[in-house]
Amino acid sequence: MAYVQRKIPFVGTADTNPETKPFFDGATAGKLVIPQCVQTKKYIWYPRGISPFTLGPVEWKEVSGEGTVYTYSVMERANPPYCIAYVTLAEGPKMMTNIVDIDFKDVKIGMKVKLKFINTEDGQAMPFFAPA
Amino acid sequence: MSLKGAGYIVGAWEHPTRKATDKSVTLLHAECAAGALADAGLSKDDVDGYYCAGDAPGLGPMSMIDYMGLKVRHMDSTDVGGSSYQVAVGHALQAIATGRANVCLITLAGRPRSEGQATGTAPRAGSPSQPEMQFEYPYGPATANMYAMCAMRHMHEYGTTSEQLAWIKVAASHHAQYNEHAMLRDVVTVEDVVNSPMVASPLHRLDCCVISDGGGALIVTKPEIAKSLKRPLVKVIGVGEAAKNQSGGEVDLTYSAARWSGPPAWAMAGIKPSDIKYASIYDSFTITVLMQLEDLGFCEKGQGGKFVMDGNLISGVGKLPFNTDGGGLCSNHPANRGGITKIIEAVRQLRGEAHPKVQVPNCDLAIAHGTGGSLGTRHVGSTVILERE
Repeated sequence: MAYVQRKIPFVGTADTNPETKPFFDGATAGKLVIPQCVQTKKYIWYPRGISPFTLGPVEWKEVSGEGTVYTYSVMERANPPYCIAYVTLAEGPKMMTNIVDIDFKDVKIGMKVKLKFINTEDGQAMPFFAPA
Repeated sequence: MSLKGAGYIVGAWEHPTRKATDKSVTLLHAECAAGALADAGLSKDDVDGYYCAGDAPGLGPMSMIDYMGLKVRHMDSTDVGGSSYQVAVGHALQAIATGRANVCLITLAGRPRSEGQATGTAPRAGSPSQPEMQFEYPYGPATANMYAMCAMRHMHEYGTTSEQLAWIKVAASHHAQYNEHAMLRDVVTVEDVVNSPMVASPLHRLDCCVISDGGGALIVTKPEIAKSLKRPLVKVIGVGEAAKNQSGGEVDLTYSAARWSGPPAWAMAGIKPSDIKYASIYDSFTITVLMQLEDLGFCEKGQGGKFVMDGNLISGVGKLPFNTDGGGLCSNHPANRGGITKIIEAVRQLRGEAHPKVQVPNCDLAIAHGTGGSLGTRHVGSTVILERE
């Protein structure tokens, strides 16, 4: 099943939840910037302005963009089909994303992937992952 | 204070409709309420506690209380999706045990089929202030592919197969053939399931539940009132509820919140899974059933595939008869919420009022477990254990 880029929807604006601005600023600059819990040093996904591990503060850090596929599913009923996945980032957390630029029959759990930013229909860059 | 036995389910009624183009959602709620009250032998004015979920029309429970002309002194509209109704039973028990209500009415209704909703395959945008929405919606999280990602990982870790998942649908179809209201009454085979079109890999069309209109209602009351009525006594002996999610990025999709909602319910009831004669298990997808069976302790983690094979869930054939009305996989999934029909069929079984072809002999202990939300992101599991007295 050859890869066809679909239109990516977005809701709200990068200002809707003001404290997540570092993520969106990072994405616009081509960097994956996510919160890290100051106390536990654990990285957090999805981005938020307070640590779910402690309800304490977070610091925003750029991460490597390297990861492995934890699980995935190809939505064959969609036109064009797309591959949703959770990717385990090298820094620890698993994030929901799509696997792109690959024949979907070749997607495997455990495969190495790398970050790629793609613009949504609203023009906001968001992180996707392609084969490493 | 244990809630064990604090309440009895004396009324249980399922709307027979599966497509209600000629009725509003509020009317369906009210018809279900009337049906459950008649089943119990009670009247509207006996109701002093009302429970619905956040999907009921109007703000919380207010419009429904107004529409049905209720006068209540306790209410709750906790919305955790399809398991809201198991949660409501537990909350009704708390209200009864503390004297806040004597007769609790729980209603559910909806008509996604008439409204043409593509429940499982079309991602639904929520408010961007919903904290995860901006970080998930761009990736197309529909319902089917969220559960599919759980199935894919379960297969990877435990060797579960599509054929094993298919057995769950096969069992449901064996039961649905006797339900005159079921949407899908044809008995299907493992081959039928795995050869049906792929929706979201690895889930096929026949791994998915139906989309239906309809609804249901329950009446929960205190022991003194239950014993004054003319219906068989169905006592609530165990309840539990738990939320599971992405845990800040520490995602594990191989188990459900049933791992946490089950133990308090089993402890309260003072029984173990092998004591259960009949199980209603939420069946939005085949994988939902398999994971919940494991997490409730009916088999070891990872052994769900082997457990459901060879008709083990078919009444009269296997060791654990499940969803003898055909469940969400074959009968109905009103309002995209299957929790209440799980409780209703468990009540039928305990009363001996299930279809004779699927009635479990001497059915005295049953479980009705629900999952609301999405197993692949965030969900609430809720467990209700019932005993025929």
